[in-house]
Amino acid sequence: MIDRETVLHIAQLARLGLSDEEVELFRQQLSSILEHMAILREADVSGVSPLAHASRLTNVMREDEPGPSYPPEVLLANAPDQEEQCLKVNAVLEES
Amino acid sequence: MSALHELTLSDAATLLRQRQISSVELTRAFLERIEALDGRIRAFTLVTADLALQQAQEADQRLQRGEQVTPLTGIPLAIKDVICTKDIPTTCSSRMLEHFRPPFNATVMERLQAAGAVMLGKTNMDEFAMGSSTEHSAFFPTHNPWDLERTPGGSSGGSAAAVAAGMAPGALGSDTGGSIRQPAALCNVVGLKPTYGRVSRFGLVAFASSLDQIGPFARTARDAALLLQAIAGPDPRDSTCSATPVPDYTAELTGEIRGLRIGVPVEYWEAPGMDPGVARVGQEAVNRLRELGAEIREVSLPHTRYGVAAYYIIAPAEASANLARYDGVKYGYSYRDTSDMWEALDKTRQYGFGPEVKRRIMLGTYVLSAGYYDAYYKQAQKVRALIAQDFERAFEQCDVLVSPASPTVAFKLGEKLSDPYQMYLNDVFTIPANLAGICGISIPSGFSEGLPVGLQILGNAFAEATILRVADAFQRVTDYHTQRPAL
Repeated sequence: MIDRETVLHIAQLARLGLSDEEVELFRQQLSSILEHMAILREADVSGVSPLAHASRLTNVMREDEPGPSYPPEVLLANAPDQEEQCLKVNAVLEES
Repeated sequence: MSALHELTLSDAATLLRQRQISSVELTRAFLERIEALDGRIRAFTLVTADLALQQAQEADQRLQRGEQVTPLTGIPLAIKDVICTKDIPTTCSSRMLEHFRPPFNATVMERLQAAGAVMLGKTNMDEFAMGSSTEHSAFFPTHNPWDLERTPGGSSGGSAAAVAAGMAPGALGSDTGGSIRQPAALCNVVGLKPTYGRVSRFGLVAFASSLDQIGPFARTARDAALLLQAIAGPDPRDSTCSATPVPDYTAELTGEIRGLRIGVPVEYWEAPGMDPGVARVGQEAVNRLRELGAEIREVSLPHTRYGVAAYYIIAPAEASANLARYDGVKYGYSYRDTSDMWEALDKTRQYGFGPEVKRRIMLGTYVLSAGYYDAYYKQAQKVRALIAQDFERAFEQCDVLVSPASPTVAFKLGEKLSDPYQMYLNDVFTIPANLAGICGISIPSGFSEGLPVGLQILGNAFAEATILRVADAFQRVTDYHTQRPAL
């Protein structure tokens, strides 16, 4: 069972703002979904290594060859805000 | 000659090469069809008519000169809106990317353009490809051409509905847990999920990186083979893309499946939730394959019942990491009414993402968080290994495995929206192939209650030629794929 505090904690980890209604909805829905996930405990996984992907490839290497990149204005074309060819963001450090 | 919009991709390609039709004529026919029908079906998020006609003119010039002509030269296609198209909106059917115009093309788009294909537009989907009904699009739901009250499946519902309604002869989609095969089944078209690593994912907006794969929709196995041929093969920009040689897929379509060992996985056929009408249609399809000389044998995939739970831990976990990039700084929706960095971040994501995406970010973050990682995420990865081993053993005894692609026919719009887990259960037969990284195809195999039923044919890694051969052999002796919805 997931409680309200857990929902708020997870939302904070994910940096996801939630309305009060969403907090309650996800509390119920995540609890219900995780109940279904309990079935995994029945699987006998003794001696089984976790499988992270099924690509059948390991350590794909290539030459590190320099090539043309994008002009800054192309990469900044989708930016919500910019200044002097930089992404403009809110202050991270406040003056004390 | 049948109406242009009724042509298969292969037949259209032949007529184009013979100069009996032009790409401009063909493209116009599909644009007119979209104009006439898409107000009701809503398969497209964007129709790129001007671009399409321009590309069609260029294709006609190529065809006229007889230079660099491929089977796709002059063929109009619909593209799922999760695939980056240079300078053309690529929204993932999300408010977050509503105004995003990628500065580059996905590798599959480069390859289609090099082949001379024409893009008709971008198709609707569940937001960020998360869903099984296309109802989670932030813009509007897509309607199933066979019954406008029902969903086309998802998440590539727009691509499936476009092909089913004759608004495109082929399309691209993406499949993370069934998002090509399930809508193909529910819309009576062919949908192929290639092996993980067969098609480059460069420029595919990431959902769950260990599962995502791009693949084609079409009306016939032959058409799907032509599309796969054009997009398959290694790409230096996607390190997960395999160097395994790409065979000549259409050369393998011999119509001959005598002696082929076809496995019938008992756990799929006896799954709870399997609709009896669907099972009946599936059984008849198996009988047809037997009549064609295939050897049918029962096979067990004992860990099938854990598939949905494992997938809905692993996919949201990967999604929660992939979607961390949407921070309102570099591109996409950005909440601006604050000078506080954290509030801007929280609200960008609160208003930019829809409910299913938020649900999966929450679920994924939970299963990766301290204290729950081993119990959920690591356990799911171990179960994933067991599911992959099930297939390894099955493919020692069989060449392909068959079952219905979805346990039910198309469901009503709104029917499963309030209970997320009921929606997730729809993917029970398609999810295991993604977890194991193998290939699969869904083909039209009959009707139950007047609605399409898809037969799923699963093949081992890089055995696309084999599943296409079975699909093509089936289509040579059946006419389900030629049946069209009344629109």
